[in-house]
Amino acid sequence: MGERLYLFTRFERFWHWSQATLIITLLFSGFAVHGSHALLEFRTAVEIHEVSAWLLMLLWVFGIFWHFTTGQWRQYTPTLNNIDRMLRYYVHGIFMGAPHPYKITVERKHNPLQRLSYLFVKVMIGPLLWLTGLLYLFWGQMQEQLSPWLGLQQVALLHTAGAFMMLIFLIAHVYLATTGRTPLEHIRAMVSGWEEKH
Amino acid sequence: MRAFRQRTIALLLAPLLLAGGLAQASTANHARFDALLGPFASGEEVTRACLSCHGKAAKQIMATRHWTWDYINPDTGQRLGKKTMLNGFCIGDRSNEAFCQSCHIGYGWKDASFDFTDETKVDCLSCHNTGNYLKLAGLAGHPPLVRSETAPGSGKFIEPVDLAAVARHVGATTRRTCGTCHYYGGGGDGVKHGDLDSSLNAPSRELDVHMAAEGLDFTCSTCHVAEEHRIAGSRINVTASDPHGAVTRGERSERNRSTCQSCHGDKPHQGNLLHAGRLNDHTSVLACQSCHIPAFARGGVPTKMAWDWSSAGRMDANGKPFQTRNERGQVLYDSRKGSFVLGEDVVPDYVWFDGRVSYVQPDTVIDPSTRVPINSFHGTPGAADARIWPVKTFHGRQPFDTEHLTLLVPHTAIPNDTAFWYNFDWAKALQAGADASGAPYSGKFDFVDTSMLWPITHMVAPKEQALDCAQCHARQSRLGAVPGIWLTGKHHSPLLDRIGFGLAGLALLGVLIHGALRVLSRRRRSH
Repeated sequence: MGERLYLFTRFERFWHWSQATLIITLLFSGFAVHGSHALLEFRTAVEIHEVSAWLLMLLWVFGIFWHFTTGQWRQYTPTLNNIDRMLRYYVHGIFMGAPHPYKITVERKHNPLQRLSYLFVKVMIGPLLWLTGLLYLFWGQMQEQLSPWLGLQQVALLHTAGAFMMLIFLIAHVYLATTGRTPLEHIRAMVSGWEEKH
Repeated sequence: MRAFRQRTIALLLAPLLLAGGLAQASTANHARFDALLGPFASGEEVTRACLSCHGKAAKQIMATRHWTWDYINPDTGQRLGKKTMLNGFCIGDRSNEAFCQSCHIGYGWKDASFDFTDETKVDCLSCHNTGNYLKLAGLAGHPPLVRSETAPGSGKFIEPVDLAAVARHVGATTRRTCGTCHYYGGGGDGVKHGDLDSSLNAPSRELDVHMAAEGLDFTCSTCHVAEEHRIAGSRINVTASDPHGAVTRGERSERNRSTCQSCHGDKPHQGNLLHAGRLNDHTSVLACQSCHIPAFARGGVPTKMAWDWSSAGRMDANGKPFQTRNERGQVLYDSRKGSFVLGEDVVPDYVWFDGRVSYVQPDTVIDPSTRVPINSFHGTPGAADARIWPVKTFHGRQPFDTEHLTLLVPHTAIPNDTAFWYNFDWAKALQAGADASGAPYSGKFDFVDTSMLWPITHMVAPKEQALDCAQCHARQSRLGAVPGIWLTGKHHSPLLDRIGFGLAGLALLGVLIHGALRVLSRRRRSH
């Protein structure tokens, strides 16, 4: 046993896992609403999708509050420093048993690739989804003001595009979570909060 | 004719007991009025007795379309009303008045000489009887006062109407009195409308939640409110959208009181936090009827979906006219009328509709190379005054003048030597029809495909049976053919889906390969 780092506080872990559950639920019910699969009735899918969406928005309000009050938002400061080393590691070093090029500290717990992708999720995919999602939810009330320059079709297509981006992020994110020294290392850290230092 | 026979039987069986119930609602017992003791030698004498107390009634009636069968549509300026309008069923009234006018609320309109100003000609009993009254087709609106054959050669006889007894038991209108005519348009039960037939005399809750005999038991006039005998609601000048709250008692309002919204308001859905608001949002696009009438002709009476006059006139091996029936005894072919397509539990078509309807008139030049829409429902997709409405689409095939390119009215129903039903000679029947209507006729005719739309607005199901979301919000959608809407679940961008799922698939493939390589490389290193 080496030294341990307490990387993820209780709220952060709660936030992460409830967000994960809600996003997966939203993707599943959303693609049912979209007509891509028939595993849920349309009406049920809409109910699940809407309830999950409200819960996720609520969670985001707390998440944003937490990020700003704790200063944790700095974790997502983007950088291109050493990004080539990160890429080289995932393309080559990882197969050679090379050590991970990024040294985690409590102050900088995300590597440059993580920072960029999480920032993209937080400032691009997320807002795109909830902005179009809210328009979708309140289309009945907003239609009259918006319809001259925005149709439900555009709202729907943007929302779907956001969903695809989130789906792709999810696939990559879940896979990369298994790329620790053991497949479950990162996942365990996200559960307990503690990361083994190496 | 069969339909009229059925009506006759229904009327004769209609219990006089009903009169007792209705009389209780009234403060007057007509059975004890001296004026109604009779005997009456004619309907006109009954009317005179009615008018001796209800002095303004005839004047009021005379101002309505029920009397004039004539109407100028304020939207289009077209002269409509049954007197001159064409349809794809019995086609037209002219030359057939003595038959068709058994559904006129007057006595004696057999041709153009009818005096529309004679108050005694108003038939009060046709709407206000409580049973044992009928007007026999062929008698120009008169009830049979001697024992009569229901139709020449039918061999079925009915007893004369006892005018005094009917007069002493008058009451408010009922579903049955209105239905005597409005169920039987087009010559039989349920033929025309699809949402009006004799099953509404005693409907279950499932068939019509408002008229349910064991439930709210609405009569027609509960919604089609009458004021001075003017009755709210019209299918040729429809209130297609009514984006207002409910009309409250005592409110001075010019609104049509027969709309759903006049009672329910335009935001009627309540209760369910997740759905009520969204359903209410739908009211700016959909007519209430679109979701709440899942199908029409639901009461066991079929409606005619198609009628092909061109096949009429065939004779059987003995040279006699004949009928062909299906296993349920419903007529599919009749030498006098042609062939029919019947429908029950029919899923409506859906169209944008703002209430404006235009008609092919007797003088409208048609294009016989395509199906001629006898009526057209107008409405701009998405417009504030338009809603998506359920309709019955009817397909006809009927005679037209190949030189003047106009639809023709055949003389069919009066037993004489030109009527089609008695001579099976189109040339004579069309000439006689044209002579009566005054329409120019070249003498050359053929048959043309036509269509008509009928707004579906009755047979409102209980809310549990309103359409599920997925009836429209699915790839297979009821509203699939309706333009100008984005239907979540139905509409999608195949390109976006291909790109999205394609990239997600590539990502998945990528991580699987990456993972496999990790496993392989680790294994090689450990060896």
